[in-house]
Amino acid sequence: MTAPELHLPVLQVVVPMLIAPLIVLLRPQGLAWAATTAASLLSFAIAIQLTTGVLGGHTYQYALGGWEAPFGIALEVNSLSALLLLVLTGASTAALLAGKASLDRQIEAHRQPLFFSAWLLALAGLAGILVAADAFNIFVFMEISSLASYVLVAGGPDRRALPAVFKYLIMGTIGATFYLIGVGLIYMMTGTLSLADMEIRIHEVAEQRPILVAAGFITVGLALKAAVFPLHVWLPNAYTYAPHAVTVFLAACATKVSLFVLLKFDFVVFQHNLLGHDVQFAAFLMPLAVLAILVGSAVAMFESNVKRLFAYSSVAQIGYILLGASMVSYLGLSGGLLHIFNHALSKGTLFLAVMCLSMQYANLQLEHLAGAARRMPWTMAALVVGGLSLIGVPGTAGFVSKWYLLTAALEQGALGMFLIAVIVLGSLMAVVYIWRIIEAAWFTAPAEAPPGAQQMRTEAPTLMLVVTWLAALSNIWFGLVTHVPRELATTAAANLLRHLP
Amino acid sequence: MSPETAILAALAVPLAGALLIGLTGRVNANLRETCTLLTAATLIYCVWQLLPLIFAGERPGVQLLDVLPGISIAFEVEPLGMLFAAMASGLWLINSIYSIGYMRGNREKNQTRFYVMFAVSLAAVMGIAFAGNLFTLFLFYEMLTLSTYPLVSHKGDAATVRSARTYLGILISASIGLLLPAIIWTYSVAGTGDFTVGGILRGHIEGPQIGLLLGLFVFGAAKAAVMPVHRWLPAAMVAPTPVSALLHAVAVVKAGVFTIVKIIVYVFGVDFLFAAPSSDWLFFAAAFTIIAASLVALKQQNLKRLLAYSTIAQLSYVVMASAILKPLAEVGAAMHMLAHSFGKITLFFAAGAIYTASKKTELGQLRGIGRRMPITMIAFTIGALSMIGVPPTAGFVSKWYILAGAFQADNYLALATIIISTALNAAYFLPIIYLAWFEKDNTPPGQEHGEAPFAVLLALAITAALTIGLFVYSAPVYELESQLVRGQP
Amino acid sequence: MEFLGIYYYWVFVVVLMIGFYAVVAKVNLIKKLIGLSIFQSAVFLLYITMSKVSGGTAPIFNDEITGLLYSNPLPQVLILTAIVVGISTTALGLGIVVRIKEEYGTTEENEIQEIDRR
Repeated sequence: MTAPELHLPVLQVVVPMLIAPLIVLLRPQGLAWAATTAASLLSFAIAIQLTTGVLGGHTYQYALGGWEAPFGIALEVNSLSALLLLVLTGASTAALLAGKASLDRQIEAHRQPLFFSAWLLALAGLAGILVAADAFNIFVFMEISSLASYVLVAGGPDRRALPAVFKYLIMGTIGATFYLIGVGLIYMMTGTLSLADMEIRIHEVAEQRPILVAAGFITVGLALKAAVFPLHVWLPNAYTYAPHAVTVFLAACATKVSLFVLLKFDFVVFQHNLLGHDVQFAAFLMPLAVLAILVGSAVAMFESNVKRLFAYSSVAQIGYILLGASMVSYLGLSGGLLHIFNHALSKGTLFLAVMCLSMQYANLQLEHLAGAARRMPWTMAALVVGGLSLIGVPGTAGFVSKWYLLTAALEQGALGMFLIAVIVLGSLMAVVYIWRIIEAAWFTAPAEAPPGAQQMRTEAPTLMLVVTWLAALSNIWFGLVTHVPRELATTAAANLLRHLP
Repeated sequence: MSPETAILAALAVPLAGALLIGLTGRVNANLRETCTLLTAATLIYCVWQLLPLIFAGERPGVQLLDVLPGISIAFEVEPLGMLFAAMASGLWLINSIYSIGYMRGNREKNQTRFYVMFAVSLAAVMGIAFAGNLFTLFLFYEMLTLSTYPLVSHKGDAATVRSARTYLGILISASIGLLLPAIIWTYSVAGTGDFTVGGILRGHIEGPQIGLLLGLFVFGAAKAAVMPVHRWLPAAMVAPTPVSALLHAVAVVKAGVFTIVKIIVYVFGVDFLFAAPSSDWLFFAAAFTIIAASLVALKQQNLKRLLAYSTIAQLSYVVMASAILKPLAEVGAAMHMLAHSFGKITLFFAAGAIYTASKKTELGQLRGIGRRMPITMIAFTIGALSMIGVPPTAGFVSKWYILAGAFQADNYLALATIIISTALNAAYFLPIIYLAWFEKDNTPPGQEHGEAPFAVLLALAITAALTIGLFVYSAPVYELESQLVRGQP
Repeated sequence: MEFLGIYYYWVFVVVLMIGFYAVVAKVNLIKKLIGLSIFQSAVFLLYITMSKVSGGTAPIFNDEITGLLYSNPLPQVLILTAIVVGISTTALGLGIVVRIKEEYGTTEENEIQEIDRR
């Protein structure tokens, strides 16, 4: 490998992190956005390069500063990290490219450099979580990304974002602190922070109570960050009142990264070592996943604000991911991980379409969106494609992960029948809430032209529309040409399961 | 062209046509109608090329894409699918002629959207007909539901939208809630979803599970309108009549029964299912649907709704015939698919002609209309006789084979059902014929009308002729469809 | 392990719960933030406690002096990082509270919810 390639894992974090403070200096109009988008594109390119290497069978190990683990800070990129890095950098780039017009409208010009700087810090932090191989660095990057996302969410003009961010801050910090307590307890018992080392050393002290307590704290802490039911209450308001481009970015990846850490810890460190722990993992998380799917979808069916509707839908989709993981089987875990990728595609498209809608409609309540399809046909068509992928119609990406989940459930016998019913019910509820939006847009007579709407151009800005349509088409592409995400997901699942006895 | 190209062309042509229709629609209406007719004609050319190959016993196929391990988009042409595709493509051309007359005669809005979605729906039908495995079938089945939705809700007013919601709701809920789990179950126990002569489930599934899986398939394929998932059919009658004629007499409903017959023959296997006692319920469900739908049809006053319930009953003829699980009955089922299409499309065309000429929709308004619209009513009579099963119409031939199959299986219940339902068919069709020809005209003065537009009449005449033609030329169809059962082990 | 030997850990738990209680039960936003600070301080205590080795001295390495028992420096370093994170969080939180006061005119959670409901 040539010299730059050797450093790819660390560049993935360093590039956005170093460019972030420079953005603050870019006062001229539009320059901050351009620089941020360029940095995001560069990160996306690095992620693609890493993925290519991983698909070729290579696992990247990197020692920061040449100090080897377990004394130095080690980074690792394997198929699971690559999958999520693609999602993260792709979502960030798409949100930035599409969001210029929306962000210009929602963020005042003099605050933009600071806002975009925070965006890159969030990107750097999330990327750092994905490449870190030791527990404490995960915490540090987690907090970097969280603090930056609080800034992002609060950046918009809606004042209701402020109490939403405050709640997000409180719950997020409690979650991170729980995680920290857990890591501290593990360190106390094993003397190491490196995940690979922990796996070995915990074995000797597995029955002792601090380890069990640590497992509990870490699981709950990460569940808080990942918006697992019933700790999801910060999510709907935060997503609804954030600037629209921010929602695109966060909805696609923020909670998934915490799920990544949760899965890594549970499978790499805990499963093998704790007595009967893998039973506990499934027993504890499966009912919560089921509840997330059912309650999340049910609330979405009755929600009238489009953004909040999709936010609750996200809670349900996180339930799907956890459902797959809690089956602790190759098919289930592959399905769950694949759903991370496919949900990012579908939810990303949906929120991009909502961003397009927001350019013409100030009020995103369903009653106010009546007749939207006549004024913005391309936007609504993209929304329909994203909706079909969310429902899991064959030919779309969402179908592929639902297929894996259903096939995995079939292996579970009697419990599997119940899980199949839950998954199918979730899809049917998704049909209902997507349908309500379609009905409002196509089949309800439009109200008077919204105040302040441009009369000349009724569709969304071209760049936004193009990116939205690229996202919509990628749903169909990855629904038919599935081998890249599938290979990443199945290899990752196999890797995780290898740690089990 | 090679068979593989013909198969792919059968899908590509309607889709390309849809694009062309959409583009020319902005330019000129006549150009647009020409595009529709040309696309339909091209489709016939592509599809009918495959007929001699299937007659000779060949089964051309093409594999497109591997979506998931073991799951691919693949096509394979076999007798049943060939029949369906040939019928749908041929009738599309005739229906397009009819549509031109109807849409212009009624000065309908959004005509371009109508023709575009029609073409897309036909592409979906071709995909269903030529599907080589369950996944491909499901993919195009869903595409058909979605592409026919704009056609059903064409009028756009509140009542139509509500009915269209029922249409979509029932079809999608059934397919995602029942059909999809059934397909996944099949894939996971049999390891494959490829349609194979003799079925793929032998040895993988037994006992009550067979009945359960069959139930998921039959009610999941709600397009076959087996009760109780039939409510979407009457709801869909809010669509313009060309839509009701082709889609709800021919394409959509036939896609449903086609799916059921195909699954019985190629997924379960006729003999396998015959030996499984848990599958007996299907026969009773179909028989019940026939009788119940015919009884409801008796009470209807709106012509299209009456025809809708008649369709539900006729569809279950096909299901019941294939549930008899004897070779002759399977052939009868396939023939009935064709015979019913010709007869029902004639009836719907006639109903649309009456509406276009006079805006009449209720039975009570049709007194004496035979004298004002002789051509229309002659065609209607032929179609009605076909439904009842009177020679020399197509309906007689297919009922003959179904009865023969019932005899072969010693299934006296089937015999009784067919006899009773024939009587019921006569009970609701003959009065219409009587009051159209033999009662005094009750058109209010000032609302006099003549015949329907020329294009409408042309299409009517062709389908009526086909209905009689199938009686005369039934041998080739029998030839084709008996291949369906000859391959049984 | 007598109570006195591990009483630091008891203190940790008590402080943790006091902080947690404040976060959950208090209605005033600033009091919630104070609770959060207390909550985080408890964690600092946990780490530093575990790093102190009985009889250990400050972990400063000197070539000439050998055979000394050092306290563990790693948790102390970790906690410095965590303290910085804590400060940033508190600062950000207080910044949000200032903005909330500007927009809503109050820093009581129930009043804010009341205003939003209207």
